[in-house]
Amino acid sequence: MTGKVLGIVGRVYLALILFFLYAPILVMAAMSFNASEFYQLPFAYSGEWYERLWSNRAILSAAWRSIWIAFVVTGIATALGTAAAIALFRYDFPGKKVLRALLFPPIAIPWLIIGTAMLIFFFGIGLGRGTPTVIIGHVALALPYVIVIVSARLATFDATLEEAARVLGASPWQVTKRVTVPWILPGIVAGGLLAFAVSFDQFVVSYFLSEPGDATLPVLIYTSIRKGFTPEINAISTLIIAVSMSVMLLAARYSNFGGER
Amino acid sequence: MAEVRVENLTKTYGPLKALDAVTLDFRDGGFFGLLGPSGSGKTTLLRAIAGFVIPDDGRVLIGGEPVERVPVEAREIGMVFQSYALFPNMTVADNVAFGLDVRRIRGAERDRRVKDVLDLVQLGDLGQRKPHQLSGGQKQRVAMARAIVTRPRVLLLDEPLSALDKALRVEMQVELKRIQREVGITTIFVTHDQEEALTLSDEIGILRNGRLVRHGPPREVYNNPRDAFTARFLGEANLFSGSLEAGGLRLPDGALIPGATTAMVAVRPENVQVSASEPSGPIRLRAEIRRRIFAGAMGTLILDRHGEPIKAIARDSEFAELPDNGRVWLSWREGSAIPVENAPN
Ligand SMILES: Nc1ncnc2c1ncn2[C@@H]1O[C@H](COP(=O)(O)OP(=O)(O)OP(=O)(O)O)[C@@H](O)[C@H]1O
Ligand SMILES: [Mg+2]
Repeated sequence: MTGKVLGIVGRVYLALILFFLYAPILVMAAMSFNASEFYQLPFAYSGEWYERLWSNRAILSAAWRSIWIAFVVTGIATALGTAAAIALFRYDFPGKKVLRALLFPPIAIPWLIIGTAMLIFFFGIGLGRGTPTVIIGHVALALPYVIVIVSARLATFDATLEEAARVLGASPWQVTKRVTVPWILPGIVAGGLLAFAVSFDQFVVSYFLSEPGDATLPVLIYTSIRKGFTPEINAISTLIIAVSMSVMLLAARYSNFGGER
Repeated sequence: MAEVRVENLTKTYGPLKALDAVTLDFRDGGFFGLLGPSGSGKTTLLRAIAGFVIPDDGRVLIGGEPVERVPVEAREIGMVFQSYALFPNMTVADNVAFGLDVRRIRGAERDRRVKDVLDLVQLGDLGQRKPHQLSGGQKQRVAMARAIVTRPRVLLLDEPLSALDKALRVEMQVELKRIQREVGITTIFVTHDQEEALTLSDEIGILRNGRLVRHGPPREVYNNPRDAFTARFLGEANLFSGSLEAGGLRLPDGALIPGATTAMVAVRPENVQVSASEPSGPIRLRAEIRRRIFAGAMGTLILDRHGEPIKAIARDSEFAELPDNGRVWLSWREGSAIPVENAPN
């Protein structure tokens, strides 16, 4: 009896969580296809807002900037993060434990504070605002995620395999390429997808570090909302959510199923 | 093929001497069995030869050439790990071909050498399997094949058979020896199992606390261990110590072992004769039977002499007429008492 009651309570609880998580998103997605500019019901289908997106140059160029920045950040953060994770795995050096521990706090520090700190720092070193600064900032944000995910995968790797490859005549680079990387590939992919998401969805740090003229998509959306809310924003937001969720689902798939292959 | 020599090889980890001035020659084409208790430095010695351990002092020579400047991958060594260390995402054939691939040996030559070596280890049909689809003995063979396909100058085996059960281990010992003979490669073989070392090796060496205490042909080392540690470590030994007199070795209880020339002698359990009636020879010691252990054809008798345990091994039937408990006589033929030094710890 109690088991059954608990089962029902559990299901209701789960349903509530999913409802509060996804209801706003679903409403927004629905409204992006609604003809009325003022969210009036009954619902009448229209692709108008998406068509308007197409001709909105500001949004298009911001979207394009967000995408290419995310790709560049993903490339840099994945390469650096993987190399760092392998180095942490392979070599013992003084301060290794401290370094490893220092990777976690940036994940927990509020982005607002990191953003402020970065702004002060980049002005301090004379780099100022701009796209290169945004990229550096994003890489710094994404790097710990990649290192942590790849390290988790490396923890399941048998280091004797590297020794076996060495005696068989493989140079350290060949060992990395032929033995280590194939094993941790799911971790690298998952880390890369997460790095992409961190960059593509990043608002605070981008807002602080980008120049007013070349905003990324989230920054542009924020500034547009302050001027006035249009259903176009619904449309672009729906697209962003679709992209981000696909990326995250892929990342989850790789980090979960990677373990058993 | 090449001979290997280590000279004065020393490696310390903090206060611990994992290797302590080890000097040793491994004959070209020979099968060298390396023995020693856990932590005595066997793996460290192998890893120093392979190049994974950088010695603090001393050097390694392969084929007469010092190799301290040669990185692991250029030393042309074959190594079989205790865990086999097969690459899990590659097939058996690709595992075996790994050493060829990194040497850019391709095409027909690669395929032929992989096939030949898989035939040699009798795994001809399993090339397309993945390592997780193999039994322990098959993994072992793949590891062997992978190690020798590049025709290395030396083969290093670190307890390659210890993960196998007894019957399979004996089978693989025979295999290992056959393969080593066919290829004729200088082999250094680490094992915990002294019987394995005695059966397989042309020469054995015994390490203790990083020091080489004894080396030589197995029969010679077994028959003349020289010190108490080696006597006990290699096979079993009953040790008798006392004071040296003109007539022999006087034990603390007054009994005499005539003919002994050292303050300590070792007697192998298989040489101890146990009888209910007083023996006629000059060697006569009294002891109490404690336990009789039946193990198939052979039996073991545990006796007690003034609190010291004594072990005797013979065909079980020979113990048949002895009482289950009580006092008996021990004796042995005069040459059976091996003079040994009391090894310091
Ligand atoms: N990397 C290391 N750091 C510190 N100590 C080490 C290291 N490698 C080995 N040792 C120590 O050196 C000693 C010799 O180790 P080694 O592995 O050579 O022993 P072994 O004879 O192979 O033992 P076993 O039979 O248990 O494999 C041990 O006391 C071990 O703890
Ligand atoms: Mg060992």
